Amino acid sequence: MINARVTVTLKNGVLDPQGKAIEGALGALGFDGIGHVRQGKVFDLQIDTADKAKAEAEVKAMCEKLLANTVIENYTISLA
Amino acid sequence: MKSAVVQLPGLNRDRDMIAALTKISGKAPVTIWQTETDIPDVDLIVIPGGFSYGDYLRCGAIAARMPVMQAIKAKAEAGVKVLGVCNGFQILVEAGLLPGALMRNASLKFVCKEIKLEVVNANTDFSRAYEQGQIIRCPVAHHDGNYFADAETLQSIEDNGQVVFRYAAGTNPNGSVNDIAGIVNAGGNVLGMMPHPENLIEAAHGGSDGRGLFASALDVIAA
Repeated sequence: MINARVTVTLKNGVLDPQGKAIEGALGALGFDGIGHVRQGKVFDLQIDTADKAKAEAEVKAMCEKLLANTVIENYTISLA
Repeated sequence: MKSAVVQLPGLNRDRDMIAALTKISGKAPVTIWQTETDIPDVDLIVIPGGFSYGDYLRCGAIAARMPVMQAIKAKAEAGVKVLGVCNGFQILVEAGLLPGALMRNASLKFVCKEIKLEVVNANTDFSRAYEQGQIIRCPVAHHDGNYFADAETLQSIEDNGQVVFRYAAGTNPNGSVNDIAGIVNAGGNVLGMMPHPENLIEAAHGGSDGRGLFASALDVIAA
């Protein structure tokens, strides 16, 4: 079994109003010196194989087909 | 003209859409359930609004990948008219039938109110009952209607006349780029829009500005 973690984030240049709201809230809590805050999503998946290359290819296909909307989002995959 | 309305778990504007289609065409639409892959022979397929599959992952993302949408995609490619309203628009962009994406409203708030639309292209199968440049009233009710497309895509849909409806000056409720409220595909037979024309078709609604869209799509424009 291979554990995969997919992180999906908005592409640069895509407005992230939720990130902006969080940025404002952190400021209101007294955290200074915060640059931009961007919100994303994390998916943890278990892939039933011992073959890392195969798992990575499969997770990449999942990202392209469902987990990320590549019009507005980027994704990264890490395997453990 | 025969029409069909798609019904998926979580869609909740299907009854309003069925009522609008029935009243305007004089014929009740057939309904298509989520498990169907054999789409009946109709001239217009409508995907109504709501919250299909609980808006999980991204609005419209799960619905867009159901087999029923593959079947609708095949129909659209064969030239059948497809209209997606609100969640229906989100499903069409997620399914790749229309360009761009619909993101969280810039205000982060759900908006439910009446806005004004400008008919930017009255030369489509969905807008010919209107005058070019006509301003119509229309209700909106959504949380994720903020239309986005990269600069190149935006340029191409603007140049090709694919923007059919724009929020009229000062009424953009969601931060959509170029005030885009509704677009068609390059073939002109698939329209997606965030506002709800089905909710403004008779006196009891307080107006009938939405009627022209259905009259156009159903080809029942009074001579």
